[in-house]
Amino acid sequence: MNWTTTPFEPLAGLAGGLLIGSSVVLLLYTLGRIAGISGIAAGAMTQRGAERYWRLAFLVGIVLSAVLYMVFVGDLQIQTQMGSCWLIVAGLLVGFGTRLGCGCTSGHGVAGLSRLSPRSIVATVTFMAAAIATSTVIRHL
Amino acid sequence: MKSIIASLTCGLLFGFGLIVSGMSNPARVLNFLDLSANWDATLAFVMGGAILVAAPGMYWVRKRNKPLFADKFDIPSNKTIDAKLILGSAAFGIGWGISGFCPGPAVVAIASLQTDVLLFVGAMTVGMLAQHWLKSKAA
Repeated sequence: MNWTTTPFEPLAGLAGGLLIGSSVVLLLYTLGRIAGISGIAAGAMTQRGAERYWRLAFLVGIVLSAVLYMVFVGDLQIQTQMGSCWLIVAGLLVGFGTRLGCGCTSGHGVAGLSRLSPRSIVATVTFMAAAIATSTVIRHL
Repeated sequence: MKSIIASLTCGLLFGFGLIVSGMSNPARVLNFLDLSANWDATLAFVMGGAILVAAPGMYWVRKRNKPLFADKFDIPSNKTIDAKLILGSAAFGIGWGISGFCPGPAVVAIASLQTDVLLFVGAMTVGMLAQHWLKSKAA
């Protein structure tokens, strides 16, 4: 199997990271909430009223950013690397796992690590290790 | 209304961050997670950049009495490291390692309307609702 190669772009990465960090700080400053996408996505489906609406607005903002990018900048590169069945299995694991573990790359990995939460440190080390092991095994066996 | 606009703005910022850094492309994420040839270390700079802003920013915000548009800060106070945290994070990591999608980039990718992306997001939604259902049944 040929895997799509991508260039190492530290400056673009840093710039994107600064934007993501700003979003986390701004959400805490305005609404007092942690910008964890898995929690926001789940809450947008399971909560009611105002608790649902701010979460929906956040998700709409994310999708809108992609639409604006496609309209004003150019193509959005989304290059999936695995077949549909694998992606469905992965989606189930990501959805179930992030809720059971109360967070994902944003809530635990960015916001949690930033406030040195012990749970988030354990979660981040765990999902990083599991993800590295999984992709390395899949691609080389 | 103010809180909706604030939240929408945060979502836009977050999404642009993922797009600018190329994190919305699962190929790039997998090239970080797979440590072998053609390693792309960009993801480390994204997380580093985000924490560089969020760590001092959150520290500063939390010293305030309350948020602008809400009565109090809603920050997890749970400190218990239990099996759910480990098992959930491990399951998430396996799914992430297979697909290269975590929830944020998956939401960005919806805009591409690619069938495989929509299948992933649909499955992710089912996974989230299944956990919610099991939890409410157990309670």
